[in-house]
Amino acid sequence: MAKITLDKIRHRYGASSDTEQDFALKEIDAVWSDGGAYALLGPSGCGKTTLLNIISGLLTPTEGAVLFDDRDVTMTPTSERQIAQVFQFPVVYDTMTVYDNLAFPLRNRGVPEDQIRVRVHEIARMLDLESMLRRRAAKLSADGKQKISLGRGLVRADVNVIMFDEPLTVIDPHLKWLLRSKLKELHQQVGVTMIYVTHDQTEALTFADQVVVMYDGTVVQVGTPVDLFEKPMHTFVGHFIGSPGMNVLPCEMAAGEAIFAGTAVPTASSATDLKSAVLEVGVRPQFVRFDTGGFPVEIVKVDDLGRYRIVEVRREGHSIKMIADEDEKIPSENPRVSFEPEHTRIYADGWVVN
Amino acid sequence: MGIELRNVSKLIDGETHIYATDLTLQKGGFNVLLGTTLSGKTTLMRLMAGLERPTSGEVWFDGEDVTGVAVQKRSVAMVYQAFVNYPNLSVFDNIASPLRVARRPKAEIRERVEKISELLKLDSMLDRYPGELSGGQQQRTALARALVKNAALVLLDEPLANLDYKLREELRDELPKLFEDTGATVVYATSEPLEALMLGGFTAALHAGRVIQYGPTADIYRNPTSLLSARVFSDPPINTATVSKTEGRFALSEEISWPVPDAYANLADGAYTMGIRPHHLTLDESADNAVRISGTVLVAEISGSESVIHVNVHDNNWVSESHGVRPYEVGASAHLFMKVDRCLYFGGDGELLAS
Amino acid sequence: MSQKSPYQKAWYFVIPVVVLVAFNAVIPLMTVVNYSVQETFGDNVFFWEGMKWFEQVLHSERFHASLARQLAFTGMILVIEVPLGIAVALSMPRKGPWVSVCLVLMALPLLIPWNVVGAMWNIFALPEIGLLGRMVNGIGIDYNFTQQPVSAWMTTVAMDVWHWTSLVVLLAYAGLCSIPDAFYQAAKIDGASAWAVFRYIQLPKLKRVLTIAILLRFMDSFMIYTEPFVLTGGGPGNTTTFLSIDLVKIALGQFDLGPAAAMSLIYFLIVLLVCWVFYTLMMRNEDQ
Repeated sequence: MAKITLDKIRHRYGASSDTEQDFALKEIDAVWSDGGAYALLGPSGCGKTTLLNIISGLLTPTEGAVLFDDRDVTMTPTSERQIAQVFQFPVVYDTMTVYDNLAFPLRNRGVPEDQIRVRVHEIARMLDLESMLRRRAAKLSADGKQKISLGRGLVRADVNVIMFDEPLTVIDPHLKWLLRSKLKELHQQVGVTMIYVTHDQTEALTFADQVVVMYDGTVVQVGTPVDLFEKPMHTFVGHFIGSPGMNVLPCEMAAGEAIFAGTAVPTASSATDLKSAVLEVGVRPQFVRFDTGGFPVEIVKVDDLGRYRIVEVRREGHSIKMIADEDEKIPSENPRVSFEPEHTRIYADGWVVN
Repeated sequence: MGIELRNVSKLIDGETHIYATDLTLQKGGFNVLLGTTLSGKTTLMRLMAGLERPTSGEVWFDGEDVTGVAVQKRSVAMVYQAFVNYPNLSVFDNIASPLRVARRPKAEIRERVEKISELLKLDSMLDRYPGELSGGQQQRTALARALVKNAALVLLDEPLANLDYKLREELRDELPKLFEDTGATVVYATSEPLEALMLGGFTAALHAGRVIQYGPTADIYRNPTSLLSARVFSDPPINTATVSKTEGRFALSEEISWPVPDAYANLADGAYTMGIRPHHLTLDESADNAVRISGTVLVAEISGSESVIHVNVHDNNWVSESHGVRPYEVGASAHLFMKVDRCLYFGGDGELLAS
Repeated sequence: MSQKSPYQKAWYFVIPVVVLVAFNAVIPLMTVVNYSVQETFGDNVFFWEGMKWFEQVLHSERFHASLARQLAFTGMILVIEVPLGIAVALSMPRKGPWVSVCLVLMALPLLIPWNVVGAMWNIFALPEIGLLGRMVNGIGIDYNFTQQPVSAWMTTVAMDVWHWTSLVVLLAYAGLCSIPDAFYQAAKIDGASAWAVFRYIQLPKLKRVLTIAILLRFMDSFMIYTEPFVLTGGGPGNTTTFLSIDLVKIALGQFDLGPAAAMSLIYFLIVLLVCWVFYTLMMRNEDQ
């Protein structure tokens, strides 16, 4: 177990240059405590895999330091950092049985065979692999192979952190949720720090206690799934998390209030001196309601998704999405909507105004 | 008219990939083929396109028998899961390629390519090569190439599966609008029920080479004709359990039972399979007809606004979906409320019982 | 009634090839079969002999001797070239500017015409004036490949290794390059030694490629003619007379068409049999 500190990490691939654009990671400072479940969430190209490889030692950062428990490991090779990593594509040693695969890391470290047997059986039981220990690893399905990869990480007692790089990519869609729950269950059982990299918000939000949202090489927000959902600090977080994402609508300030499409919209932000920035008001579809006291809109489209419906309404050319429950009635005449004030915020240049 | 499969089946190396199927897809509409991997979606699409000949049966398009017609002679466009573009042609040339094969005049080619690329937000990248583009842009190029051809039949084989989920959402929103005006018959294969629901139109649920149900999407979701159909169309999976009917009550166990709804009053006493969707099994006590059930929590998955709790109820592993954030420890006991009037009942053969 | 499938038209493209192959391969082969079961004394008069030539060849001491020599030669070069090729491929860089340099260097020996290779080594190894010959004799070893059987063998083997190891290298290198980085990274994390990485990751992934390499080298070395012929002429005496050299001597030297044809067919069948056995074994291993 270890506390992981990232101190002013910046990384650039390829030849040296001075432009900020060439840096895959622009500046990362973070402290992650022992035993937590973290997710690095962001679109392709945001730098999350680069960051993961820097933590695991497969990459040395151009600038900055990585510390495990306040010990500088930036120059320590991977095999000595006591980490485990599960990759996107299952990595198993084809010629060995499942048992030998799981025993491999322990054998390389000279652990006696009887200890190995106990440990391998324990881990295999946790992963529901016990019945397959004698099989050739190459014969298992994709999710079985990923479990073996995971098992190789868990089997070592001295592991500081286990890292996952989009591990569910090759898993059959109808098996993904099984493996997702299994990972969560494992974390609760084993208690090792786990870092999970993904571009899928469901995976990140269901797995992690704390989610690190990244965009274009920087950390945009760190928080619990609830925080990210209810209090997005940047319009990107609002847009990226949640399906559908947050509505971001242009607004103006007048007399201390936000004005959208000619109507005053009460928000949770205390609006002070906000003249020079690009102003937007953000509210999630879940917090937009049909309200006879609200402002008039026209209903453009209703998508029936079974357990809820996504209603797209329009006001003065701006499209607003809202969620209606399965049984909720959608007014057919003169629909009016309002935003819940506690969950509506003003964003200046993308950043939230508190 | 649209595309019609009459008694079409396909055997490969003695194995039946598609069982004898009759299917009529609406012209000018969005048709979704929903099923897990290996359920036959791709084979069915290839049969529709003419890339494969059916072992038996006929394929009719727009009132004509096209079974033996080579794919090059049909008006078909196809987009694949892997981003398929000509790697040594620029984006412009890629999109223009079907028009060049059809020997359209240069001016027309230029005009159509520019119009389509604007629709798909590629207009600033026309002179780049596919290798330089991101995944989403490559797939847009493939879509543009399919669109520009103005084919009467457009086949999309899980085109968004390799994209980031956010990109997937955006493209999914755009797709129906893109094809709306062309009047083409669009067939879209996917393994995610949510995608089928979002795209709307009509859906054919597939399982192991058979089309088990076809109809308007929301309809199939609400009224599955069989257990299989309910399973295919459910993510997270639908909760099932065996219930026994005695006198006027359905019983899941000694403690859990509820009165039989009128519609099923004439059923014989005995064992049946019941199904209930996860979001009808919640942690919130709601007013109507909710039966209280206790279970042991296996794992709680919290996403921003929903909580998915996996519980063990009487030896069945069930999934419950509720609004809001509800943390639960593994092994804790949870009280769930099941909306019994949303229960679906299936007979021994998996067919839906009259409701 | 449906139209004829367009795929059938593709067969018309194959006709020219069929004609060429028929002329250059099938008809000559049939002629050889014809000769192998007949006897001629010239003047194009043929007498049916049946299996006589086959029996004669199979029982002849000369055939056994050259077959034994051939097998020994093939065995030796496989044992040297395959491990050496893999070792060289492992030490070649996979990324960076030196990749193209290494690839070109490796390809060079393969580009030289085979009789030129033979001539090169002939001069190179001459005991009086050749670079190698002078050097080896200079260190004190008595070396003369034109007169000593052992030296002749060693020189022939060395020449083949020099000429053909590159093929194994290039094939193995291509196989190595196709292994995703993730495997090496996982091995690092698992604390595997370099030997474990070779044994559990690289070698298994190279299996397909190695099958092809071994098959190619077996076939080519079993049929080898030009290089040893130019280098030693089959000598000293007949110590480096391999199967094909012997066959040519019989056919063109002594003009014994019958036995030569029979021997050709036996030769052909041996190669076919070994390759088929080897291939089947390898493919069955894959399926397991």
